[in-house]
Amino acid sequence: MLSIRGLHVFYGGIHALRGIELDVPDGQIISLIGANGAGKSTTLKSIMGLVPKTEGTIEWNDNDITSVHTKEVVKQGIVLCPEGRRVFPDLTVEENLRIGAYLRNDKEGIQKDKEWVYELFPRMKEREWQLAGTLSGGEQQMLAVGRALMSKPKLLMLDEPSLGLAPLVIKDIFSIIKEIKEAGVNVLLIEQNAKAALEISDYAYVMETGTITMSGEGRELLNDERVKKAYLGE
Amino acid sequence: MTEERLTTGCLSKKTKYILSAASIIAVLVLVWVLEQNIPPTSQWSMLFTVIKKGAIYSLVVVSMNLLNGFTGLFSLGQAGFMLIGAYAYAIFAIPVEAKESVYQYYEPLIGFSVPEILSNAMGGAGTFGGTMGEYLGVIILMIFAGLITAGIAFLIGLPVLRLKSDYLAIASLGFAEIIRTIFQWDGLGAVTNGSNLLRKFPTFSSSLFPLIVSGLCIAFIVMLINSSYGRAFKAIRDDEIAAEAMGVNLFKHKQLSFVISSFFTGIGGAMLAMFQATVNATPFTSNMTYELLLIVVIGGIGSVTGSVLGSFLFIACSEWWLRFLDEGKFLGMEADFMRPGFRKVVFALIIICIVLFYSKGIMGTREFSWDGLISFFRKLPSRLLNFFKRLPGRIVNFFKGLPGRISGKVKKLSRNTKNSKNNHTKNTDNVKEAR
Repeated sequence: MLSIRGLHVFYGGIHALRGIELDVPDGQIISLIGANGAGKSTTLKSIMGLVPKTEGTIEWNDNDITSVHTKEVVKQGIVLCPEGRRVFPDLTVEENLRIGAYLRNDKEGIQKDKEWVYELFPRMKEREWQLAGTLSGGEQQMLAVGRALMSKPKLLMLDEPSLGLAPLVIKDIFSIIKEIKEAGVNVLLIEQNAKAALEISDYAYVMETGTITMSGEGRELLNDERVKKAYLGE
Repeated sequence: MTEERLTTGCLSKKTKYILSAASIIAVLVLVWVLEQNIPPTSQWSMLFTVIKKGAIYSLVVVSMNLLNGFTGLFSLGQAGFMLIGAYAYAIFAIPVEAKESVYQYYEPLIGFSVPEILSNAMGGAGTFGGTMGEYLGVIILMIFAGLITAGIAFLIGLPVLRLKSDYLAIASLGFAEIIRTIFQWDGLGAVTNGSNLLRKFPTFSSSLFPLIVSGLCIAFIVMLINSSYGRAFKAIRDDEIAAEAMGVNLFKHKQLSFVISSFFTGIGGAMLAMFQATVNATPFTSNMTYELLLIVVIGGIGSVTGSVLGSFLFIACSEWWLRFLDEGKFLGMEADFMRPGFRKVVFALIIICIVLFYSKGIMGTREFSWDGLISFFRKLPSRLLNFFKRLPGRIVNFFKGLPGRISGKVKKLSRNTKNSKNNHTKNTDNVKEAR
């Protein structure tokens, strides 16, 4: 279980996170929705130790990971699938997956997880030897998720997995996110596509300019008038 | 899909290994036989200069490619690191007797010579053991040169590798120049002999020596690139943020790549010292780094075989094949324009053509493989055939389309001039109105 308490982050003079509180309990999909610049990505980056924090604590299974190096965070089972896919274009699909398992030493386990990823995304198996840069946008997103899974995470953080993808592909990705949760991985999901995110999440937080303004169960928020107005366009 | 891919390669793994081993042995034997049979006075002896210098450059260029092509660090410090390697070798290799005549203006600080010590310990000069001892000393010194270079690279890397792209290039270039100046400094004369030559240290005479040493070092670099470290290097090159999010420690890996690259550059520098038989800091300027960078680009950024191929071609062109251009004769007649230096003009033109038509270098990011070679030769006849089949059609089309294109150009031109005239009058109108 991940819990964030009173987290503040500054970018130069900009106060990006203003004391947010957030929990990711085991066995659930938690989503974080909000407009551009609300601080969603910053939240994920600060969990990974990619941005410096000024105040607050982040706890992972009762360990304080507030000021731990990224490498250690990944070792402890938290992984970020960054925004905009960011696959390694000049490496093959297979090499991309292996980089995901960079901090692991158990060869058999890596092989097993690779097969699991190929099971989740049969398309990746077909394209095993292709350079990742030559994949379509949807395939790259699948590869990015698969790569993140290769580190055998207990918490998978997805930053805008539906960005720039066709509605059908988005549907695929979201059904796979559900499958990943069923396999025992906690998921923290950031989305602009609020409707799709709220539909699959157990609990959700709404962010606005660095603070969390609302939270509740996914279904509950879907029917909330304010959320409807601001994020669902109804 | 995988099986399909494996079966398209027509050679089994075992055959490939045997082929590679056989061709390496064949090349070494061939070089050895040629060396026995070509006298140094023959014009063909240039071949050995090319092999020696080409092998040394291959090593340095491949290690530069490890940094620039595989880790994505645009570093320009190569000449400086070669200089350190060359001096580290030379200073500790000059025999004690020769020191006085080498260090004319200084009292030499290093009063021993490593090859000499080992030679004496193993039986003294002239005996078999003594010769072996000298060889051993030379090899130990080369590794030592590499280690010294790597150590200095580690220190330089601490501040420099925190910079990115162009800034890294500028900073590393600066450090290389600083190194050169320090080695020429009078105050260190007792060690480096100031700006005077270092000479009389053991050298090699056979081309086999640089070939084998470079071959082993490059084999190590290839193994590194294919390991999980190599994958991490390439990941950093492709996307730093994503690599970091996967748990790759950026700074540690950059530093590792920088230090390993410098280690082999140092060994290359030591071999260059042996090749030249003298060492002086003056030629190790940024020009040398640009030359190396040029070979990296010509060979293909991110291709080891490209770098090796590029090195030999570059050295062969600059040292041998284009020499005739400087001799003042054209097709047997006296020609005024073929004066010394004309070679460089032609050379520059060739390089421009390569960059224009092979913008990714000779090899791109591909590597040599037996399957690739075989399929290249298999497809060659049909490709040539296709080319010549289409050639008449193309020529006809070119001339058929020519009148249309010319008239089109003329129309466009006249329209443009009209427009500009109109614009001009309009503008003057505007100006008038404004007034």
